[in-house]
Amino acid sequence: MRKKNWYLTLGLVLTVLSVGYSALGLFWTPYSSTAMSGPDRYALPSLAHPFGCDHMGRDVFSRTLEGASATLTIALAVVVIGFVAGLVIGALCGYYGGVADAVIMRLCDAVAAFPSVLLGLVILAITGPGKYNVIAALGILFIPSFARLTRGEFLKYRDRDFVKAARLMKVSPLRIIFRHILPNTWPVLLSGLTIGFNNAVLAEASMSYLGIGVGPGDTSLGRMISEAQSYFTTAPWLVLFPALVTILLILGAGMLGEGIRERLGER
Amino acid sequence: MPSKFKRALLLLAVVAMLPASLYGCTGGTDPSQSPTASAQSGESSDHGNSVTVGIAQDLDSLDPHKAVAAGSTEVLFNIFEGLVKASSDGGVREAVASDYQVSEDGLTYTFTLREGVTFHNGDPVTVEDVVYSLERCAGSENDGTPLISAFSNVTGIEAPDDTHVVITLAEPSLEFIYSLTAGIIPAGSGDGIAQNPVGTGPFAFVSYTPQDSLVMEKNENYWGEPAHLDQVTFRIITNSDTLVMSLQSGSLDMAIHVPNTQASQVEGQFTVVEDTMKLVQALYLNNAVEPFDDVRVRQALCYAIDVQQIIDFVCDGAGVPVGSTIYPAFTKYYMEELTQAYPYDVEKAKQLLSDAGYPDGFTMDITVPGNYAQHVQTGEVIAEQLKAVGITANIVQVEWETWLSQVYQDRDYQSTVCGVSASDMTAREMLIRYVSDYQNNFINFNDAEYDQAVTDGITTLDEAEQETLYKRAETILSEQAASVWLQDLCDLTVMSPDLDGLILYRTYVLDMSTIYYK
Repeated sequence: MRKKNWYLTLGLVLTVLSVGYSALGLFWTPYSSTAMSGPDRYALPSLAHPFGCDHMGRDVFSRTLEGASATLTIALAVVVIGFVAGLVIGALCGYYGGVADAVIMRLCDAVAAFPSVLLGLVILAITGPGKYNVIAALGILFIPSFARLTRGEFLKYRDRDFVKAARLMKVSPLRIIFRHILPNTWPVLLSGLTIGFNNAVLAEASMSYLGIGVGPGDTSLGRMISEAQSYFTTAPWLVLFPALVTILLILGAGMLGEGIRERLGER
Repeated sequence: MPSKFKRALLLLAVVAMLPASLYGCTGGTDPSQSPTASAQSGESSDHGNSVTVGIAQDLDSLDPHKAVAAGSTEVLFNIFEGLVKASSDGGVREAVASDYQVSEDGLTYTFTLREGVTFHNGDPVTVEDVVYSLERCAGSENDGTPLISAFSNVTGIEAPDDTHVVITLAEPSLEFIYSLTAGIIPAGSGDGIAQNPVGTGPFAFVSYTPQDSLVMEKNENYWGEPAHLDQVTFRIITNSDTLVMSLQSGSLDMAIHVPNTQASQVEGQFTVVEDTMKLVQALYLNNAVEPFDDVRVRQALCYAIDVQQIIDFVCDGAGVPVGSTIYPAFTKYYMEELTQAYPYDVEKAKQLLSDAGYPDGFTMDITVPGNYAQHVQTGEVIAEQLKAVGITANIVQVEWETWLSQVYQDRDYQSTVCGVSASDMTAREMLIRYVSDYQNNFINFNDAEYDQAVTDGITTLDEAEQETLYKRAETILSEQAASVWLQDLCDLTVMSPDLDGLILYRTYVLDMSTIYYK
């Protein structure tokens, strides 16, 4: 009898909730996320403004919707860049090995030796803040971890019999890499993907929080938390809701990753 | 019960912030540390009679003749003194000079040196030092461009004997005396003065760590009323939230230019002194680039921006509206009526925009110095207000140093929100900025009639005529909508309840010499 996979269930529910919430923000917000209103400054949560209003009378609910979608978009873009590039680099390095592999892996070590947020700060200090710069900077920084993960998996399968057999049958190397080996690595890669997604959400939030990510005028969860901390004692709901949404996003993806690993690992 | 509700939310927020605080490292100060503990420790003598003051920006130079940022000059005021120095009423009082006379034609200034004034290094101040310093201001050490613009009017600096210095001007100027607040430094200092700032002020320079702090100590041999404090440390904290945390944790005794939001968090534990900043905050427009080279576009922006809303949102209603480049502390020249020149009127703004060929608006950049929360927030409010007339404003946040070089020096920007003040406390300084060929005319304003009015106003010896001409110039700036004039921000100084003696000046000066522990 199979044990119930609670991680997967809960992770799926949370992810659907938080991603649905973020996706909603792409299309609809009850108010404009930047509309200001004098009388509503510091309004407490109410029916009209379920999450209250901030120091400029902007609706916090609308802002978390839009902020979550901005954070989610950035995180997804970062993970896609890092994952695709990391996969290709890691697969080739792992399969072929040799000098190129050694050089590229040492480069990855060098990048991974720095905390990614710190390195991201340096890149953004040069390029200037902004959504696309954040995506580019974080995307590049996420390549090494995915590359190493993929390479490790490929090393594991490179000398297996089924690969040797394929080689003897003169199957093209690319086909071996992507059709024969890759499917076997999914359990590890997928859970790596969700962890990467979590890290991307956190990295974006930290950078915006430190004032170097998404610029003023744009909304993101990190930026909202950063702005709200000045009002922490006087209007705590300003920081509460964006923080809760961030937690929801991270928790969901984290559990989902754990669940996927458990499920696919059983096979 | 809203208060219970609030408390419950606060508790939830604390819990929710726990993971947030893990990735949002803010410098290691512990905000939960009791603020009263530091206040009480101040009562015992362990403060060592020294004060640590939080300032929001790094100093652009320690050279008294080259520092341009108001945030630098207000600190350097304590170290350097000119022949005269600023007094709190907006005028000047004698400093290195004990007395001076101005000839009837307004062209010759004769200064008598004060006896017994010494530099911090112990050397007495001689006429050679004075002549050297003034000639340096006039550009003797570079290509002849005066380091301080008013010195372009100087034709001669002489020392007829050991106690007198005579300055001759090309054209009479009522306000020249204010330029002589320029610091007197030892002869031959050169640019080394920035590394080793030696002056005659009530405090002597001890050390400077860029982006961190400047330390100065009491000048025991000061010629005038000596300072009460033994040591003052200016700590550079660019983030206003960190500033508040530092105050609460007791690592700061005082902070200047604290934004309202932050000051309201320490109210009760600290004394909050309210004043105006003595600057003109505006949405400065680069008059040389499209679309702001068209007066109709500039006027449209003036109509489209609701100044009162900015004051309410950013300053909790505490700022004073300004309609031109003269702020209210210049009681003689301030023209309140100009604040009504462009009442908030979206329809009129749209009309002007379509007249100018932008019926659907346009996209513009607003560059803001990120270390000033108020300017950033003002930018956000403006961006929102401009949406109503179809203008999309992108806010570009830059570091203060980048702002200085890119916006102020290279004039490579479209628009910017910042505050502009008068380093030598004269209306002249505020007005001359917009004379077409002036070196720091960073908005590229160009108007022949304006140039004439300001130039005539500077040279006249008739105070009434000067007032008329200056007001004419102010009015032109308003009519031409040179920029969107906003407000003189409210300025809050936060200090420990154990401290007293703060004297508010009508210019950008932070006089630490009068501050003492109760």
